[in-house]
Amino acid sequence: MGKRVLLTGLDTFWGGRVAAALEKDPEIELLLGLGTGPPSVQLERTEYVRADTSYSILSRIVRATKVDTVVHTFLILDSSSGSGRTLHETNVIGTMNLLAAAGASGSSVRHIVVKSSSVVYGSHPADPAWFAEETPRSRPPRSRLERSICEVESYVRDFAEDNPGVKVALFRVANVLGADIDTPLSRNLARKLLPYVAGYDPLVQFVEEDDVVRCFEYAVRAGLDGAYNLAGSGKLPVSEVAAIAGARRLPLSPFLTRRAAAPLVAARLISFPRELEELLKYGRGIDTGKLARAGFLPATSSAGAVERFAQANRLRKAVGGQLPRYRYEADVEAFFKHSPAVVGPDEPAAS
Amino acid sequence: MPFPEVSELLPTLAGPDAARRSDVDEWGRSEHVRTLARAVGSPLYDHWFRVEWEGLEKVPRSGGALLIANHGGAIPADAPMIMHGIERELGRPVYGLADRWFRSVPGVGTLWSRAGGVAAHPDNAHRLLRDQGQLALVFPEGEKGPSKLASERYRLRRFGRGGFVETAMRAGVPVVPIAVVGAEESMPILYRSRAGAKLLKVPYLPFTLNHLLLGPVLGSFVYLPAKFRFRVLEPVRFDVEPGLERYPRGQVMEAAEAIRRQMQETLYEMLAKRRSIWFG
Repeated sequence: MGKRVLLTGLDTFWGGRVAAALEKDPEIELLLGLGTGPPSVQLERTEYVRADTSYSILSRIVRATKVDTVVHTFLILDSSSGSGRTLHETNVIGTMNLLAAAGASGSSVRHIVVKSSSVVYGSHPADPAWFAEETPRSRPPRSRLERSICEVESYVRDFAEDNPGVKVALFRVANVLGADIDTPLSRNLARKLLPYVAGYDPLVQFVEEDDVVRCFEYAVRAGLDGAYNLAGSGKLPVSEVAAIAGARRLPLSPFLTRRAAAPLVAARLISFPRELEELLKYGRGIDTGKLARAGFLPATSSAGAVERFAQANRLRKAVGGQLPRYRYEADVEAFFKHSPAVVGPDEPAAS
Repeated sequence: MPFPEVSELLPTLAGPDAARRSDVDEWGRSEHVRTLARAVGSPLYDHWFRVEWEGLEKVPRSGGALLIANHGGAIPADAPMIMHGIERELGRPVYGLADRWFRSVPGVGTLWSRAGGVAAHPDNAHRLLRDQGQLALVFPEGEKGPSKLASERYRLRRFGRGGFVETAMRAGVPVVPIAVVGAEESMPILYRSRAGAKLLKVPYLPFTLNHLLLGPVLGSFVYLPAKFRFRVLEPVRFDVEPGLERYPRGQVMEAAEAIRRQMQETLYEMLAKRRSIWFG
């Protein structure tokens, strides 16, 4: 019998991408995607359920569909994208409900894959150059985002402890760049204006968006268990990131940085959430040796991820308006998925 | 494909480093900046401090080793001079491990890192020594060395909690002690302001002989031309299994204390032989 997979955040960037990738795996018998809005990418056989993340709905879905794998990717990692309340509700409460539903008595779930972020390690002058999975943070989390991700991870750890029969893979993903992803850093680079804290030029790491998707695909297929760091090879200084992306650098005062940045943020010249400020002062490096030993190597290096982003940006600037975009049409999708009239894939046979 | 992803339209990259635009390595060190540092350091090394080595052949030519030295002078010149000397004489890079406080100072932290400095964290030392077989330089006295008054010069402070011994044991590399004479007199501290240090949030705020002679600006970065002598002592190897999480505290402290005692005796011997602070 094939795998039955439940995906969260189908309407978000990662949910859509991972679903599209998992669809190609013939061993997966059922793909079920939850989301609060319609999916953003074209999906072949993923069942879409418009559902929020309340416990009662999740536990009913898990019980009724007998899924054995849960892929959880919808954590908010940009503290400027919404209020602190949304951040807490989505990240902490959403994860708690999902894990509770997956761990309910008689649950069929045997494998959980969670996308976390390297912000759990923080960014501090006392940090080592490379964090291994078991290296503790140098200081307790202070920003809202870091606190929320740390809480999420503690729920995941508790779940793994309470459910020894369930494999729990947790990925701490470095800053992502690539052709399509939208993050505070990518927004700055796309505007060709990268703020930095004067006097600091720390080393940072990136992972290319397709590598993240491939990693989740691998994790589901190989049944990975435990916490893993995910990043492209190598590190590079922030000044070099600006050079590769062709962005001008905008110095901010090293003292009272947030206050110096506030008018620029308000004028929408730069994006500068707190987690970016800390990263731009002390950087961060995560050691991906454990994931490599588990059999997964990202195809693109840190510098390569920045280069891919820069190329995509140039391409989009030239022909962006002409690229066709997918729009979700509920009736059409329902027809293609469920009508007995549909007997083959809705793609030209040649591709 | 009806809806091509932008990523599918991009060319493939030539290699992992094809996109790199600088030569900054994973520790933040840049050969480019090192070349600049060498250009600045050379005249200081040759003509100002007139550095002389004894026993340089005891520094391993290959493989990891933890170099340790005594630390002196308000802004100690011993670290860059040792790094410069070994790099020039042996052709090996030396990574200087410094207090993490450095990293938080705008400008200074970045420059120090580009010139081969690394934050003193046990994980960093382990990676350098064991995984990469590099030379790392630490000052076990920590800030207690350079912050001492001129009247206390050449009296070694406590060697922390012996962390350097544990690091070397874990990495399975020798400790190579270097006794430094001259650095103390290049910027001797006459007075320390505790309140000033607190106010400026620095580990210590020194008032030096250089300030007295050259004024507050020049005196903060012009060294007195003391003669530097470095003597490399016999490398200390530990007969323990590397890679352990923890080593017996007693064994660690005993080894650290033995090294400290030997360095102190060497310093006294070198000072007894020294005829002049300025000419050696």
